[in-house]
Amino acid sequence: MHVVILGNGIAGITAARTLRKRDASVRITVVSGESDHHFSRPALMYVYMGHMRYRDTVPYEPGFWTKNRIELVRGWVVRIHADAHELEMDGGGRLAYDRLLIATGSVPNRFGWPGQDLDRVHGMYSVQDLLALERATPGIRTGVVVGGGLIGIELAEMLHSRGRHAILLVREDSYWRNVLPREESDMVNRAIRAHGIELRLSTELASIEDDGRGGAGAVQTATGDRIEAQFVGLTAGVRPNTTVVEASGIDIARGVRVDEQLRTSAPDVWAAGDCAHVHPSVGEPFLEQVWYTCRAQGEVAAENLLGGSRAYSRGIWFNSAKFLDIEYQVYGEIPNRPASGVKHLYWEHADGDKALRICTRDGRFIGLQTMGMRYRHRVCEAWIRDGISVDDAIAKLHLADFDPELYRRHAPAIRAGLKEVSA
Amino acid sequence: MRSTEDALFDDLHPTQASTWEEGRPDLDLATKASIAATVLGVLVVALCLIRPSFASVLGAPGLAGVALLLIGGTIGWNRGVYVPSGAGIRNDGVFFGASYRPSPATLALTLPFCGLYTVLWWSNYGTGMVFLGIPTAAAGLWAYGHAQTVRYAGSVALLLLAAWMWFGDYTPSSLDSVNPLKGGIALVDPLAMALRGSSADKWFFYTVAYTTGVSLMAVRMAFRYRHNRYHLARTASVVFWQASFGFVVPMLLSKMGQKEHYFSYFWPLKPEYLLPFNVVDNYWDGGTVARAMFLWGVMMSLVGVPVLTYLYGKRWYCSWVCGCGALAETVGDPWRQLSDKSERAWRVERWSIHGVLALIVGITVFLWTNEALGRPWMDHGRASGLFWDWYGFFIVAGFAGIVGTGFYPVLGSRIWCRFGCPQAAVLGILQRFFSRFRITTNGGQCISCGNCSTYCEMGIDVRAYAQRGDNIVRASCVGCGVCAAVCPRGVLKLENGAMGDRFEGADDPLGEMLRSLGIRPRTGDPGDR
Ligand SMILES: Cc1cc2nc3c(=O)[nH]c(=O)nc-3n(C[C@H](O)[C@H](O)[C@H](O)COP(=O)(O)OP(=O)(O)OC[C@H]3O[C@@H](n4cnc5c(N)ncnc54)[C@H](O)[C@@H]3O)c2cc1C
Ligand code: SF4
Ligand code: SF4
Repeated sequence: MHVVILGNGIAGITAARTLRKRDASVRITVVSGESDHHFSRPALMYVYMGHMRYRDTVPYEPGFWTKNRIELVRGWVVRIHADAHELEMDGGGRLAYDRLLIATGSVPNRFGWPGQDLDRVHGMYSVQDLLALERATPGIRTGVVVGGGLIGIELAEMLHSRGRHAILLVREDSYWRNVLPREESDMVNRAIRAHGIELRLSTELASIEDDGRGGAGAVQTATGDRIEAQFVGLTAGVRPNTTVVEASGIDIARGVRVDEQLRTSAPDVWAAGDCAHVHPSVGEPFLEQVWYTCRAQGEVAAENLLGGSRAYSRGIWFNSAKFLDIEYQVYGEIPNRPASGVKHLYWEHADGDKALRICTRDGRFIGLQTMGMRYRHRVCEAWIRDGISVDDAIAKLHLADFDPELYRRHAPAIRAGLKEVSA
Repeated sequence: MRSTEDALFDDLHPTQASTWEEGRPDLDLATKASIAATVLGVLVVALCLIRPSFASVLGAPGLAGVALLLIGGTIGWNRGVYVPSGAGIRNDGVFFGASYRPSPATLALTLPFCGLYTVLWWSNYGTGMVFLGIPTAAAGLWAYGHAQTVRYAGSVALLLLAAWMWFGDYTPSSLDSVNPLKGGIALVDPLAMALRGSSADKWFFYTVAYTTGVSLMAVRMAFRYRHNRYHLARTASVVFWQASFGFVVPMLLSKMGQKEHYFSYFWPLKPEYLLPFNVVDNYWDGGTVARAMFLWGVMMSLVGVPVLTYLYGKRWYCSWVCGCGALAETVGDPWRQLSDKSERAWRVERWSIHGVLALIVGITVFLWTNEALGRPWMDHGRASGLFWDWYGFFIVAGFAGIVGTGFYPVLGSRIWCRFGCPQAAVLGILQRFFSRFRITTNGGQCISCGNCSTYCEMGIDVRAYAQRGDNIVRASCVGCGVCAAVCPRGVLKLENGAMGDRFEGADDPLGEMLRSLGIRPRTGDPGDR
C-alpha cells in the first residue's frame, strides 16, 4: 500500500512517523511545496531574531527519512484527482496513491484590505514569508503589524529585535482580549509598551498606501490616522488552507470537512491538522489549530489510514505561549468574559509580571492559567479530570509548581492572595 | 547536507548580520567608558607580555590598577549591555555574530587560547612562534577579505604580533631560551609573593589568568541571567570554588610549607592524586597533612563522587565545583551554541570519552600492579617521566588545554568535558544509571522549536526527547540548566526524584547498562531517533 501525505507540517510528519512505527511495509511519501524538510513553524521567529539558524528548527536529521523509509517529494500539488487516486503536481507530473492524507495547514487571513497585495505586505506563516521579511528588512524603519493575537506580538517582537520601530494595531480595546481575561491582557499591554513596541488599541486597518513603486508606504486606520510604514504584517488570524481541496470536489466546511475519524468526503482520503474541520456525529464542529492538536490528529489519522477506526478527541485543553518575556500557560477552561456558573480567582505578583488564575464551577476546579510561572501539565490535567474541589487544588498548589529549582516559591503568597474577580 | 532553505538563509546571512548590527541600540557614555577601561586593562597586560621590563616598573600598584580597570570595566560594560533591555533570555543576534559558523573570526579567536596552552607547555619563544605566530598571521591575512569585525580582529592580532617582535625584550639569539610569558609572570609576581611567599612562575600566571577570566565572565553571567536564580547560584559557586580551592587555598598551603594541593579535583581528572609515583613519594611519605590530603582524594573518588551524583546528578561537580566547568560556563558561554548536535558527534563522544577513561584506568592499574610487585617494570622516576611526557602532553596539555579550551569558538564550550574528561565519564555513567537526577518534560507542551538543543553545550538533542514527552536522562548532561531557561514554553525542569521514575527501565540499572551496550535487546517501542 502506498500512502501519500500532502504537507510536511507537524500533522503530516506525525502521521508519517506513526505509519512507520505501526507498519514496517507500507510505502510512505510526503509531498510539500514549502520546504525540503519538516521544520518547527513556531520557531520561525527565532531565526529572524538570531537565536537559531533555520537548520536548528529542523527536528530530524536528513538521515532520519532514509532510515525510516519515508520518501520526501518537494513540489506543489495543484489538484487531487480523488476518483483516479492521483495528485497532480505543479508542472504536470502525477503521483498515484492508495490512501491520501491532506495536511495542508493554514494560510493567513486577508480581509480584502485595499493595498494588501503590495510589496512588503506579508503574513507571518511560511518560510517564504520569513524570507520575504528578511529581504525587506534593510528598507524597514517602521513596521506595522495588524492583529492582536499570538503571531502579531511575535512579529512585533521580531521587528523590534532588529531595531525597527514596531507598531501593533489591535482591533479590541486590549491585547488578545478575545482569549485573555482583562487582568492578563492588561499585563501584556504593559509588557509590550515597556519593551518599546508601540501598541495602538481599538485600532483597525483600513487600507495600505502604495509608496509609488508598488510597495507599502503607509497604512490608514479606520479612524483616519495615517502611519508611515515600509512593512505591513498581516497577522489577523489564519484560516484552513483548502485551495487544492476546493479545486478537487472534496467537501469543505470552514476547513476540509472530516468526521471524528478524520475521513473526508472522498474515498481513501483523510485530513488532519490546521486544515481539517472536524464534524463529530454529535456535538459542535470544531477547528483546532495548535501544534499539539495537529500532532494528535496526525497520529489518529495514521492509525485510521492503516484500517483503524479511532475517533479523535483532544482531551483536556492546554496551551502555552510567550509574550515577550512573560511565559503563559493554560490548562482547562479559562473563559475570557463572565460565563454563567464560572467563578474566577486571581492573584498577581506585586511586580506585575506574574499571575495565576483559577476557574471553578460549582466549587470544582476547571482550569488554571499562569503568567510568568510554569506549572505542571500532568498535575493540572489530573485535577481537572478528577474534578477535585477548588479548595483541594489550592491546598496542593505547590505540587503543580514547575518553576526551576531555587526560584522563589509563590504558592504560599498565592494561597493568601487569591481574590475573586469577574473575568 | 544543506537543504534548499539552508542555502537561502545562508545567502541572506550578511544582510541579517548588517541589519542587526545597525539596529542595535546605542550604548551610553558610561558603558563606552567601561568598555574603554576593559580594553585599557587588556592592553596593559599585552604591553607587559611584549615588554617584561614594563611589568617590573608597574609593580604591585600597577597590578592593582589593572585589576580595577578589568573589574570595573566588565561590570559597567555588562550593565550597559544587559540592564536597558530588561531581564529575560537575551539571545537576540547570537547567530548574526561571528559564531554563525566557523569563520576566520572564530579561528582568529582560537589562537590566543591555543597559544597560551602551547606556550605554557613548551615555555619558549621559538616553538610558541610556530604555534601562535604563524597561524595568527595566516588567519589575519585570510580575515582581510571578510566582514568588518573579522578585519579588526585580524588587524589587532597582526599589530600585537608585530609589536611583540619589534619592542619585545627578545633578540633572535635568545628566541629559544626566553619564556614569552615572562612579562605576565612579572606582572603577577607581587601577588605570588603575598600569597605563597615565593616568586611567580608560569603556572602561577596561568592560574591567575584563569581565575580572572572565570570571575570577569561570571559578571557577564550575573547580568545576563539576573532573572534566573539557578544560574546565579551555580555561577557564584564555580567562582567560589575556583577562587578558593582552585587558587588561594593551594597557594596559602604552599606558603605554610605544605603541599600545593587542589582539594576540588580528584582522580581521574587529576590522575596523579592516585598514581603511585606521586602518592608514595610525595603524599604518603610527606607528613600527616599530606597523608590527609591523599585520603581526602581517595574518599572523594570512591565515596563522595558516587553518593553526591546519586543525589544530585553529575551537575554537583561539573556545573557547581569543577574549574574546567567554571571556565566553560563563564568564558565559554558565548560559544555554547556551537556544539555539534548530530548523532555522529554523539557516537564519537562515547568512544572518545570512554577511551580516555579506559586509558587512565589502565595506567592506574598497571602502575599499582608494578608497585605491588616491587616495581619490576619501572621505578618512580621513569613512571613519572613517561606519564607526563605522554599522558601529560597528549591528554592534559593537548586535549584538555590546546583543543579543549582553544577551540571554544569553533566547537563550543565543553569540548574537553564532552569528549575527553575521564571524571565526566565516571560521573556520566553514574548519572545515567544510578542517580535521582533527570530533566523532566512538561507533558505535551513542547513545540519542537529547538532552542533547548541549540543552547545545549554538551550537544544533546534535548528536543528529540522533549517532543516525545520523554524525560532527558543522558550521561553527558552537566545540568547547567540552560535548556530549561531558554525553552519558551516552560517544558523542561531539572529535578531530583525517585531513581526508577526517570524512564522505562530505570529501576533496573544493571539491565539498562546491558541494554545500552547492546548486550541485551531492548523491548517495547523502538523509538524513532
Ligand atoms: C508564526 C507562528 C507561530 C506559531 N506558534 C505556535 C505555538 O507557539 N504553539 C502552537 O501550539 N501553535 C503555534 N502555531 C500554530 C502551529 O504552528 C500550527 O497549528 C501547525 O504548524 C499546523 O500544522 P499542520 O501540519 O497542520 O500544517 P502546516 O505546518 O501549515 O504544514 C502544511 C504543509 O503543507 C504544505 N502544503 C500546503 N498546500 C500544499 C500544496 N498544494 N502542495 C504541496 N504542499 C502543500 C505546505 O508546504 C506546508 O508545509 C504557530 C503558527 C505560526 C504561523
Ligand atoms: S541537557 Fe540541558 S542541563 Fe543538560 S547539559 Fe544540555 S543544556 Fe545543560
Ligand atoms: S526549547 Fe522547549 S519547546 Fe522548544 S524544543 Fe526544547 S523543549 Fe520543546
